[in-house]
Amino acid sequence: MGTFLEEVNERIDGVPIQNCYHCRKCTAGCPVAFAMEYNPNRIIKMIQMGMRDRVLNSSTIWLCASCETCVTRCPNDVDIARMMDVLREMAIESNVDVKEKNILKFHEAFLSNVKMGGRINEPMMIANYKLKSGDYFSDIGLGMSMFMKGKLSLFSPRTSDIKSVRKIFKETKA
Amino acid sequence: MKVSYYPGCSLHATAREYDESVRTVSHALAIELKEVDDWSCCGASSAHMTNHKLSVALPARNIMAAEKDGMDIMVPCAACFNRFKMAQHHLKKDKALKAEVEEIIGDIYQDSVAVRNPIDIIYNDIGIYGLEEKVTKKLEGLKPVSYYGCLLLRPPEVCQFENYENPYMLDAMMTSLGAESRNWSCKTDCCGGSLTLGKTEIVIHLVNRLMRMAREAGANCLVTACPVCMANLDMRPSEELRLPVFYFTELIALAMGLEGPEKWFKMHNADPLPLLQSLKLL
Repeated sequence: MGTFLEEVNERIDGVPIQNCYHCRKCTAGCPVAFAMEYNPNRIIKMIQMGMRDRVLNSSTIWLCASCETCVTRCPNDVDIARMMDVLREMAIESNVDVKEKNILKFHEAFLSNVKMGGRINEPMMIANYKLKSGDYFSDIGLGMSMFMKGKLSLFSPRTSDIKSVRKIFKETKA
Repeated sequence: MKVSYYPGCSLHATAREYDESVRTVSHALAIELKEVDDWSCCGASSAHMTNHKLSVALPARNIMAAEKDGMDIMVPCAACFNRFKMAQHHLKKDKALKAEVEEIIGDIYQDSVAVRNPIDIIYNDIGIYGLEEKVTKKLEGLKPVSYYGCLLLRPPEVCQFENYENPYMLDAMMTSLGAESRNWSCKTDCCGGSLTLGKTEIVIHLVNRLMRMAREAGANCLVTACPVCMANLDMRPSEELRLPVFYFTELIALAMGLEGPEKWFKMHNADPLPLLQSLKLL
């Protein structure tokens, strides 16, 4: 069991993140940096300093929208977006008190819906998310209007071989 | 030409207009579509944001099914497109992961088919002139800005799409349809994507900025190729900033005089009919 930095690098399995020389192109191009607790390049430094709790408890790792702008522009080919994915996985595994709870709840609602039918049934998935998050009433108008336009069907075709999909979930431990 | 077709979950629900317009336009351009057998969800953002192996195995299941048909796969949804490309990238790079995924799915990944987006297929296989020839109603007066979003183009080595900081394919397509493509600097700026439910205020902030920049560029509408971007641009901007948004295939169908556009436009949240009627395009 190595350092936090070693663990993150092993999971990324690419360019070591300490290759970063803080040119801040990632932060400059990040569309959600304005709302983040720590900037993307700052997270790299924090990992190098072993600040595991602060990083895994931050809002940053959940607000990353995986737009891949950072990855595209990094002069040292550091895969920052993959790093964020890795940190999210580590936060889930460590059972930390996730900073952006609704974002994780959305992912859980999404994936449990896929596990159930093989394909997303959007109204069911959204209803599940609303129940999990307690955010019952926002978007209710939008929801009604989409339903009336035939965009949210309560019954949608599922994957026939649902066993094969559920097997994937089971064996990847999702 | 004939290709495999992977619609993905959104195209059967909130992006229904995209599915119908892709099918209508493909038919008119003699592109035959064969839907991938018993397909399942690609995992979109939620899989890769929480579980790496899951995010590779879910698309792999579909790619392996498509390989049986031996044809390239057309994937209209930008998120699905990106996840398919990423899965292929990881399966090629990580031999251990490939073996694991093959064991779970019970099939061999052959890496025998290409994953392509309809923008690429129409631009490269049909061509701009081929498209222009089929136009029966020039979209004069329509001034779209082309919004590519993130996932079609990035990461560049995975998507291998085209000029990823300043793409041109959609712009060129719109021009060939007779519209006035407006140039702007936000072609590939993120809309907030899957944060639309979990952190709505960020998406509102981002799409409002996109709308402001579109207006500054002299546009009267936006054109896109991604269901999540469409949902965000169509539903989240403030009342006073919003502009109509189209899937690029809806506009191709309109310009080619095909049946369907009026029905699809009624499904949009930001009503495009006043604009189109004022330009006598409908």
